Amino acid sequence: MSDKRLTDAHIVHDSVFVDASALQIPTLRILQEDGTPYSDAVLPVLDKTLALKIYDTFLFIRALDERMLASQRQGRISFYMTETGEEAADIGSTAALQDDDMIMAQYREQGALAFRGFTPDQFMNQIFSNEQDLGKGRQMPIHYGSRQLHYMTVSSPLGTQLPQATGYAFALKAQQKPNCVICYFGEGAASEGDFHAALNMAGVFKVPVIFFCRNNGYAISTPAHEQYAGDGIAPRGIGYGLKTLRVDGNDVLAVLKATQEARKLAVEQHQPVLIEAMTYRLGAHSSSDDPSGYRNKSEEDTWRAKCPVMRFKKWLIHQDWWTEADDEQRKQQHRDQIMTAMKKAEKVPAPPLRDLFTDVYDQLPWHLQEQQQALIEHIRKYPQAYSKTAGRVDHE
Amino acid sequence: MSKMNLLQAINNALDIAMSTDPSALCFGEDVGHFGGVFRATSHLQEKFGKARCFNTPLTEQGILGFANGIAAQGMTAIAEIQFADYIFPAFDQIVNESAKFRYRSGNQFDVGGLTIRTPYGGGINGAHYHSQSPEAYFTHTPGLKIVVPRNPEQAKGLLLASIRDPNPVIFFEPKKLYRAAVGEVPDEDYQLPLGQAEVVREGSDITLVAWGAQMEAIEQAAQLAEKDGISCELIDLRSLLPWDRDTLAHSVRKTGRLIINHEAPKTSGFGAEIAASIQEACFLHLESPILRVTGLDTPFPLALEKEYMPDHLKTYEAILASMNY
Ligand SMILES: Cc1ncc(C[n+]2csc(CCOP(=O)(O)OP(=O)(O)O)c2C)c(N)n1
Ligand SMILES: [Mg+2]
Repeated sequence: MSDKRLTDAHIVHDSVFVDASALQIPTLRILQEDGTPYSDAVLPVLDKTLALKIYDTFLFIRALDERMLASQRQGRISFYMTETGEEAADIGSTAALQDDDMIMAQYREQGALAFRGFTPDQFMNQIFSNEQDLGKGRQMPIHYGSRQLHYMTVSSPLGTQLPQATGYAFALKAQQKPNCVICYFGEGAASEGDFHAALNMAGVFKVPVIFFCRNNGYAISTPAHEQYAGDGIAPRGIGYGLKTLRVDGNDVLAVLKATQEARKLAVEQHQPVLIEAMTYRLGAHSSSDDPSGYRNKSEEDTWRAKCPVMRFKKWLIHQDWWTEADDEQRKQQHRDQIMTAMKKAEKVPAPPLRDLFTDVYDQLPWHLQEQQQALIEHIRKYPQAYSKTAGRVDHE
Repeated sequence: MSKMNLLQAINNALDIAMSTDPSALCFGEDVGHFGGVFRATSHLQEKFGKARCFNTPLTEQGILGFANGIAAQGMTAIAEIQFADYIFPAFDQIVNESAKFRYRSGNQFDVGGLTIRTPYGGGINGAHYHSQSPEAYFTHTPGLKIVVPRNPEQAKGLLLASIRDPNPVIFFEPKKLYRAAVGEVPDEDYQLPLGQAEVVREGSDITLVAWGAQMEAIEQAAQLAEKDGISCELIDLRSLLPWDRDTLAHSVRKTGRLIINHEAPKTSGFGAEIAASIQEACFLHLESPILRVTGLDTPFPLALEKEYMPDHLKTYEAILASMNY
């Protein structure tokens, strides 16, 4: 029989409408606010080295976000986005993966990239759109990508990475690679059609993908309760046949554990998974945004008190793996390193003129060759008007 | 008359449209309480209530499908797409649905009450995805009207006309000018005609045509050319579909020369349509080939935006080339 629909299961004889009350989705939390685990909590697999690597990435990202937001305010860069308050979600989940598992990010997951080893210089070159940027100065700040670190280049149109993650995972499975894809997205992006296509196809094709939703309460100014009427994003995973788990996104041990187990399901059983991490965007949406127009400070303060970095630090101190003195010293090191990298990147010239034309295709077709030649001649005529490239057009 | 920037003029037009038409609704991502990421819908929710000006979930495909439904029912739908770069998830709803609603039903149903407002174009360090000018994808679609204003006074009159036009209209707003363009705007309710170009400045030697933010580039180029004794006639096309071929052809018959400027890439840009039509209409009057000064056939860049743009200097060079042909 090829009609496998369940048309005879659980028949009733009066109308029964099913609603959210039929589906109570639990939230995994391991660490309490004071940094001690619940007595019955099952901890993730984690040694001191991994724990300290995660925490060090937290401190690096805090320092990076703080410095770059300040640089935007000073007019040194045009745009920036922080992930303040959400560090446990992206860093904790990436820490559960193998280094060659694919990451497909939305845009607020620089922590995942830092965890993989993207250097301060690499961050700065991208942010300053200089000629050493791996993306050749073509995209806005924070649109990182690194083939070497298995981090797909970020694209601004929301939701597009989701069905791509399903396809990428399908290809991994087809080639029998022992890897998975993790795909990050916001609760706002989950309203896009691409989200639904992605989960449906992942369920149908049984591919090794982890969809990781950062539910941070807002999509720019739009609060989650104006984004969806149901119980968040998690129930949708169930609807599409995915294993689904909701986690306290400010508890890095819970995120780590959830993702470790999701990875097993994805890689060993080709069972796609949806994880919904409940967290909060503590900063503005971006450097162009001012949240005071749509939310109040006391709400922000409530969440500031649930800081994921603080909670994890307390646990590390309980473990005797970290001290306040270590903390101060390491923060300062990160700040200094970022400052040095920034000053260096600022002085690196913009990409050369040819980078305008390369990579549209693998090779320049005739019409782009023509346009490039015409532009070079034009710039030679008006060098003052095109100061970024004028000095170098003769060497192109 | 009041001094307004382009955003205020749009906000004022929306306010008038909603006051004069109780069935008019304004919606899109972040347009409600917040007033839109550029603040074009500021205070409309306060004034008209949440039932008439509201946030939608983050789905352009949904917004346009929903807007088509509202308009099909007979209400006035004014949908905002946050950036023209993000209109593509709604492409199917616009191209296959909005544009063909009337035709396919033998005029039993239509979505004439639909207006899509969306900011387009470069000038804000926005790179690939906050800078595009996608008008030509839509001018290739019978059933749509396409409108682009160049300044606050035009924006108000053209937006009111777009909202009240009994056909679906895409209204592309030059975001670079949102706060930069300031001018006197009549306080009253007025409309400017769709489908009509405007001769912004008369001249005798060469015709320059553009729309939206690129009007600035051709105006500056005309000033440079003036110093060489070249008299330029400047035309703002204002509507790209249907477009005012007669006004342009009339001008080209007089000057014998034409330069088209647009920010979108050259290949298959709307300039190609203009050039083809004008050579059909004015072949024997042309003194030199029609030239296009446009964006490059590359994605919109970031670091090298200046090099990419069809600026006044490139336009001026084209004027000289045309004159010396
Ligand atoms: C297709 C598309 N529509 C609109 C936007 C503009 N935009 C950028 S971010 C954003 C909000 C996204 O919210 P969410 O997915 O919750 O992620 P968060 O910013 O909270 O991390 C919007 C509307 C976009 N980038 N792409
Ligand atoms: Mg969000």
